[in-house]
Amino acid sequence: MSDTVVSVENLSKAYLLGRQAKQDTFFGSVAAVVKSPLRNFRQLHRLNTFNLSEGGEENEDILWALRDVSFEVKQGEVLGIIGRNGAGKSTLLKILSQIAYPTHGRAKIHGRVSALLEVGTGFHPELTGRENVYLNGTILGMQKAEIDSKFDEIVDFSGVEKFLDTPVKRYSSGMKVRLAFSVAAHLEPEILIIDEVLAVGDAEFQKKCLGKMQDISTGEGRTVLFVSHNMRAVDDLCHRAILLDGGTVAANGDPSDIIKQYLQRNQTEIKTSFRSAPNENEEDRDAVLLTADLVNAQEECCDSIRFGEPFGIRLSWEHRKPLPSLSYAIRFSDHFGRLATACNTRNAFDTELDTAGRHDVVCWIDHSAFVPGTYSIRIAASIQPHTIVSGYSACMDLIVEEMAWKPQHMFTIKGEPSFATASRWIHTMGSNSMVASNDPTERTV
Amino acid sequence: MIEPPSGWQVINFKELVAYRDLFWFLTHKAIRTRYAQSALGIGWAVIQPVATMLVFTLVFGKMVGVRSDGVPYFIFSFTALVPWTYFQNALTEAVASLIAQQNMLSKIYFPRLVLPISVVLARLLDLVISFALLMAIIAWYWSDPGWGPNWGICVLPLLVVIMIFSSAGLGLFLSAMAVQYRDINYGMSFLVRLLMYAAPVVYSVSEVPEKYQFYYALNPMVGVIEGFRSALLSTNPMPWNLIFPGAVTSVIMLLVGAMYFRRKERVFADVA
Repeated sequence: MSDTVVSVENLSKAYLLGRQAKQDTFFGSVAAVVKSPLRNFRQLHRLNTFNLSEGGEENEDILWALRDVSFEVKQGEVLGIIGRNGAGKSTLLKILSQIAYPTHGRAKIHGRVSALLEVGTGFHPELTGRENVYLNGTILGMQKAEIDSKFDEIVDFSGVEKFLDTPVKRYSSGMKVRLAFSVAAHLEPEILIIDEVLAVGDAEFQKKCLGKMQDISTGEGRTVLFVSHNMRAVDDLCHRAILLDGGTVAANGDPSDIIKQYLQRNQTEIKTSFRSAPNENEEDRDAVLLTADLVNAQEECCDSIRFGEPFGIRLSWEHRKPLPSLSYAIRFSDHFGRLATACNTRNAFDTELDTAGRHDVVCWIDHSAFVPGTYSIRIAASIQPHTIVSGYSACMDLIVEEMAWKPQHMFTIKGEPSFATASRWIHTMGSNSMVASNDPTERTV
Repeated sequence: MIEPPSGWQVINFKELVAYRDLFWFLTHKAIRTRYAQSALGIGWAVIQPVATMLVFTLVFGKMVGVRSDGVPYFIFSFTALVPWTYFQNALTEAVASLIAQQNMLSKIYFPRLVLPISVVLARLLDLVISFALLMAIIAWYWSDPGWGPNWGICVLPLLVVIMIFSSAGLGLFLSAMAVQYRDINYGMSFLVRLLMYAAPVVYSVSEVPEKYQFYYALNPMVGVIEGFRSALLSTNPMPWNLIFPGAVTSVIMLLVGAMYFRRKERVFADVA
């Protein structure tokens, strides 16, 4: 963990935005068509020859995808790169994998690089699985002999051995992705660059991929640069993370700190209740959510609840017309964006919600298993089974404080558990048995 | 080391050698997929020159009455069409190859040269097949001792190399340009048609006045086609005076094409 294998110095990349002047008169557009060959040529020519000094740094036509990015990666380190869409993550990876060239600055890389910016690039639908393994492998920079020796492993990992001699166009999309990932996973570069490829395949296969990634980084001591929106994966796999924002490095350090910063940037505004905005596009909704509030056990509105404290979400809806077999649903997502839990009124009411007019309901969570943190809430009304009539994404947040509701709810679990569960312990010794409870919500001592 | 692009660069042969397996698999892929899911399959390699030959024989042989150096016109034109069809298809496909694989250009790093060049190599299979057909036709009609194959056949490999160089060279140049200016793509079918009349495909090279022959021979396909005729039909002695200028042009075309390609390839991902 001492040698620097990737060092990026003041890397910048500018793109020219292909903006087209709008013509709003008929004569203007005809003239534009006639004049267009010359203008088109100039525009096409400028795509790569545009002069950065023309119009200076503030030229509106030039977009700086990366600006003075500097960082270093050491041998065997797994670096996570996070940031919003358009923050420059993909551009950075493209430059590091030599697909695109920087406008200014430079990057020094020691070792063989393999980049996986997309799974299955170069797969040809008419070729069989076997042929595609070889084709894709050589595109990724492997030698034929290398693929020969790993062929069985690759096929085994993908789980498509039965279809090896079938053209890939007859594969299901999942099979294609699995085969492609298997090829990529068996690359043996010194530096591996991965962009968001884990967002493929079923849950089981994703787990396999994450496991493989872990092997690559820990077991084989390779350097990995990893871009993802899956915060949990970044947190689990990476030794260090970089937060990109607007083309610059906004933060660089311990993954969990960086993730926290990233999420805070995204949720600068925490909404503790919801009020419908009158001038929004509510006209076409058959059911309108008027208000949503977080309430405590005494049914008083509050901004947050304590860990273990029972709470309710009070909703009031306005139905514009009778809506048979309607139900309300509330989904809670944690700060990783993963669904934490969901509640709905299905089977709770028979026909009470079907009528037009105003409906007030409270959803009570009597035994809260929410661990401290901030949860984003989505509220929706849907007609069974799956037609959503009206949905409000991230319309409010639930804040569960670190402070326990009652002394016995002291939060003592280390790490980041998904939820707090109740447990009961029985100790048997001879004829005496001791019952102990460690239930954060139910214990009545 | 990754730095902003600067100036011209020569071909990185070391890298090409490292990616040699990719070459073979792309060539293999181009051959395997070209006629995929078509009933005639590789038969199309034969149909194109044969159909062109029939039209030319009818129009130029019968109606216009172009002289064919004492050989039946259809054999005269088919001997030219075999190399010409190779050149035309190799060039057209090489130019389209980068745009067809745009997705690969922006997602993965590999020496971009392999794309157009593997296509040019893959077309050699068609050349072999149509050449076999040509030999069969010649064998069938070969009765008159006045014409027929001779030892000049030994020169054919050299002529094929000239064709590969010139189609690859022009293909590299135009494909690199086509990534940025799609006009090239639209103009290609028009361009190859013009080029065909600039080569002795439908007529004999003896129709060209003596004093212009040197300039005419700068087109590498002139020497190649006349060389094919000389070797297979004995219409005239091996035309070294036509082959030599063409060979020089083809080498220059390959070098210039490759250098231009190398200069342009770094922006492919940005402008494609």
